[in-house]
Amino acid sequence: MEPGSAFFMVLMAMIGGAIRVSTPFLFVALGEMITERAGRINLGLEGTLVLGAMSAYATSYQTGSPWLGVLVAGLAGMGMGMLHATICRLPKVNDIAVGIALMLFGTGIAFFFGKPYIQPSAPRLPSIPLGGWSDNPQVVEALKINPLFIIGIALAFFLAWALKNTRAGLILRVTGDSEVAARALGHSVGLVRLAATGFGGFLAGVGGAFLSLYYPGSWNEGLSSGQGLMAVALVIFARWHPIRCMLAALLFGAAGAIGPALQSIGITQGYYFFNAAPYILTLFLMIGSAGSKKALRDAPGELSLTR
Amino acid sequence: MTFDLLSRRSLLKGTAAGVAAASFGFPGALRAATNVTIGIVYVGPKDDFGWNQAHAVSIGALKATPGVKIIEEENVPETAAVAKSMESMINLEGANLILATSFGYFNPFMVDVAKKYSKVTLRHAAPLWEKGKHPDNAGSYFGYLDQAHFVNGVAAGLSTKSNKIGFVAAKPISSVLRNINSVLWGARSVNPNATVQVIFTGDWALPVREAEAANALIGAGCDVLTCHVDSPKVVIETAERRGIKSLGHNASQASLAPKGFITGAEYKWETIYKIFADAIAKGQPVPNVVFGGYDKDMVRNTAFGAGADAAARKAAEAAIADLKANKPILKGPVKDNKGNVVLPNASYDNFDRVLDGMNFLADGVVGSIT
Repeated sequence: MEPGSAFFMVLMAMIGGAIRVSTPFLFVALGEMITERAGRINLGLEGTLVLGAMSAYATSYQTGSPWLGVLVAGLAGMGMGMLHATICRLPKVNDIAVGIALMLFGTGIAFFFGKPYIQPSAPRLPSIPLGGWSDNPQVVEALKINPLFIIGIALAFFLAWALKNTRAGLILRVTGDSEVAARALGHSVGLVRLAATGFGGFLAGVGGAFLSLYYPGSWNEGLSSGQGLMAVALVIFARWHPIRCMLAALLFGAAGAIGPALQSIGITQGYYFFNAAPYILTLFLMIGSAGSKKALRDAPGELSLTR
Repeated sequence: MTFDLLSRRSLLKGTAAGVAAASFGFPGALRAATNVTIGIVYVGPKDDFGWNQAHAVSIGALKATPGVKIIEEENVPETAAVAKSMESMINLEGANLILATSFGYFNPFMVDVAKKYSKVTLRHAAPLWEKGKHPDNAGSYFGYLDQAHFVNGVAAGLSTKSNKIGFVAAKPISSVLRNINSVLWGARSVNPNATVQVIFTGDWALPVREAEAANALIGAGCDVLTCHVDSPKVVIETAERRGIKSLGHNASQASLAPKGFITGAEYKWETIYKIFADAIAKGQPVPNVVFGGYDKDMVRNTAFGAGADAAARKAAEAAIADLKANKPILKGPVKDNKGNVVLPNASYDNFDRVLDGMNFLADGVVGSIT
């Protein structure tokens, strides 16, 4: 596999694509995983993502600090998540319906407040060049890594450990699997879910910040093409496990790079099919994984999908 | 749902009639017939650095004209929603000229509204209207942007060192294909070794995929990048970040690429909009079809950026002078990139209708329509 060959180019494009494109999926999926482990589905994360993207861009432009933008995006997302949790605490409220309403609400206010920020260019997040060892420009480009990507990967491992080994993880899992048991142990189900949905919203907001401040790195109203919704699907396909969420996000990002990469080396026939690759891939993996008995066992017991 | 909409629409109509009667009933004479109210509908935000901004900037030039009132609506999808927008502009705001700026607005939505309101003038920004087939109060206007893309190509042909020009395209429809081919023909007119490599994203606004496509083209060795998508912001910014040169599309993107911007293909809609407003103000009929290129001042190239060296500037200016004089840019016979002869004549007029339905990628373009 000598550098420069067509195969090498596509491979590097896929690795680069996984690193560049997967981060929003990774953050939204991890956040949704935590929310769902507490027994609630928040479908509003698409709206949270867009709101996060807008508030990050606006903050970065106004203050000149992209990292402050990331923080504000997270806080805005957290607000959206906690709003979801608060509404869902009211009697006879369906969490899926509230999620859809908040999705529209989030994109709506993001578009409303985002108008003045479409034109200006805000400072972007820096990247860490990890490909300095190679003199191949493609390797160098593919390995320009954003700190958020590294934080996301570390977070996946941390959450996997924390869910298993900490008291907070245990409380979260109990709440998600059996409300009755959680109450018997003296935990407030509502409070746990408020925290879990708020945390999920925070991560989704940060995912949005990545979109507007790093890749593709500008704010406009067509910025998210359904990344938030796809990430929710990824959680189900990853069967509510942080490490599998991470792998699913990476796979999805890599598959998304196939279409443009193949066209760039001259395989130009059927680009519609290759552009659909991530979705086709997810569909097959979901059919493969969700049909098994294991999938049922992994699903949180209180989730309205499974109840 | 249908029932709701019907009842709401009739309610709106009723209210509109009432308001109109109440406010214009007695001092009706004050509303002179020479006043022009122009309703303009955009498919996206009007500050998108692209198609919609090009229209919005031009319509802005009319705002100062006395007697002209402008109503704008953004983000109107190409669905029944646009028919409702147009009807409310007509009924509630008294618009007498409607400008529908997106391709998919025409059929059936604008055609239906034109049939319903025969006293209102409606114009659509694409060459779709046909006499006899569509209502007489409807019509089309468009600029031949391919001429400005040809100039882009001339500048790019002298700017590229790798002889590879990258093109991020949305969909393989005739206007997009013509712009791609024009960049190639422009580049080849000054640099016979130039090629254009195209990546189709599949839709008009997919920022993440546009960024991926731009990166893939740069990875394949392209050192000048251009595009035909709704908002070129992402492509131009990606090119600038990766340190290569770029060519704009639709509106001016010069401010996005202070180092690498060469020039850009822009519409000059205000020429057309002024023709419309003048005709209405004088009480003359508005022409059904208005079109033109450099010869009629309906397209232009963005002022040269730092990426354009002296040779590129000189050649591009010469090309513009030729286009203004209506010199044919296309010398045949033309082959597509599969080797078939698609345009057999030795020369084609720049406005030859045969070229309107362009459905091939010319020899020298790397890429495929399917």
